[in-house]
Amino acid sequence: MAINRSAEAMTIFAVFMAGTFPLIHMGRLWVGYWVMPIPNQFGSLWVNFNSPLLWDVFAISTYLSVSLVFWYIGLIPDFATIRDRAKKPLAKKMYSILSFGWSGRAKHWNRFELVSLVLAGLATPLVFSVHSIVSFDFATSVIPGWHTTIFPPYFVAGAVFSGFAMVQTLLLIMRKAMGLEAYIHTKHVEYMNIVIMVTGSIVGTAYITELFISWYSGVEYESYAFINRATGPYWWAYWSMMTCNVISPQLMWFRPLRRSLLFTFFISIVVNIGMWFERYVIIVTSIHRDYIPAAWSMHFPSHIDIAVYIGTIGLFFVFFLLFARFFPVLALNEVKTILKGSGQSYKESPDYHKHH
Amino acid sequence: MSDKVLYVMYDDDEVLKNSAKQLVAKGVKINEVFSPFPIHGIDPIIGVKNTRLGIMAFLYGLTGLTLATVGMRFFMIVDWPMNIGGKPNFSYLENMLAFVPISFEFTVMCAAHGMAITYLLRNKTLPGMPAQNPDPRTTDDKFVMEIRLSENHNVTEAELDGMLQEIGYLELDKKEIK
Repeated sequence: MAINRSAEAMTIFAVFMAGTFPLIHMGRLWVGYWVMPIPNQFGSLWVNFNSPLLWDVFAISTYLSVSLVFWYIGLIPDFATIRDRAKKPLAKKMYSILSFGWSGRAKHWNRFELVSLVLAGLATPLVFSVHSIVSFDFATSVIPGWHTTIFPPYFVAGAVFSGFAMVQTLLLIMRKAMGLEAYIHTKHVEYMNIVIMVTGSIVGTAYITELFISWYSGVEYESYAFINRATGPYWWAYWSMMTCNVISPQLMWFRPLRRSLLFTFFISIVVNIGMWFERYVIIVTSIHRDYIPAAWSMHFPSHIDIAVYIGTIGLFFVFFLLFARFFPVLALNEVKTILKGSGQSYKESPDYHKHH
Repeated sequence: MSDKVLYVMYDDDEVLKNSAKQLVAKGVKINEVFSPFPIHGIDPIIGVKNTRLGIMAFLYGLTGLTLATVGMRFFMIVDWPMNIGGKPNFSYLENMLAFVPISFEFTVMCAAHGMAITYLLRNKTLPGMPAQNPDPRTTDDKFVMEIRLSENHNVTEAELDGMLQEIGYLELDKKEIK
């Protein structure tokens, strides 16, 4: 309730950024629309529906657009609240456009609740499908280290893991900067830390399973890929990933630690770094050793590579800060519903007096 | 035909619900309720039927599934069958597994967007639409019932005033509309 709005915003802006990478890597940005099955004059040539890369096009565009619609439909009544409280004419005008003329009629609220429920129900399997399909990009290939069946659940757990860490990082700052202490409690942070701990353990289990299977499969190339990850030239990336993703979340077993905001912030940064190293390990270590030793090499990012990466972080923050400045960062109408629905009974419960 | 509209304001959703119940019991028709958040349980009292958007979402989903199936069959089997690594595309069923992800995604996409667009159109909430709440406070922390005299022939205005006086309210606003 206190977290969903800004978490959805982060998702959407992060997917925008994720979308820029394939476009940049196409080399010819202006033909980016060729990924869609559009009738054309190249002898009626179609995109390949057997390819995981095309599944990804559909998965990401569905995920992005459905998340965007879900987010915006929730925002409409809150924009109406701001519209009706705005003093300056320009603000009134802008929020009037954004709020689509929402008036809060009983029938509209009836529809709103159902639409929110159904969209949430549709978006939840999308979380699983989008990360499974991203993992198919790797898993359906023949590269040792990628060709594993554990990839879909492992990517889903990793996405929840890193997603929660990113929400912790940004929300802890936002909570302080925007004075949201009354809405985002230690309890929210604690619960999110438990999710981080559980999904971190799933990711850790996946790492170890991969390692075991590479030996148990008896495939020479597979076992080499994994031994090379841990002891080869990229050992530092592998062990950074292991430390950040597997060991650090285990500290959340200690209640005082997972309730400490400062410690949570620190661990969330560590997890963000760890998940970046995970992608680095998967991609770089698997392709720096090919089947043909002549193709063996090391990866050195060019200054363009680094600039593109930093640029997307910058662009993400442009969107996110604009969101924090102009949009309601809490779901106002949901906060009001819950306060009315459970606030009073909560205040009267013996628990309330114990804590305050 | 000129009409008179009564806007009865409350500052609590439970109080409004109780008042609405009492008014409806006395045969008054409540035309609309404006509130800053959904009031659970108000719909049956004022006679708002449950929305059927869920059924629409299902139908849009089926449309999406059908479109995806027909489309992929045409692209991959009929119009331009590809032979990738010695694995030709002979029939849709043989290649079904490769088409599952996109069938799913397209189903969800059509269900979600179809429902969202229908929702916005049915609500008449679209960019640039003017707000229609009678008081700006109804999107903040106040709750308003709208009673139209033209739809309440069995009671006079004075009778209605009496009833409201008895039940209680925060503010009462009357408006003539042409």
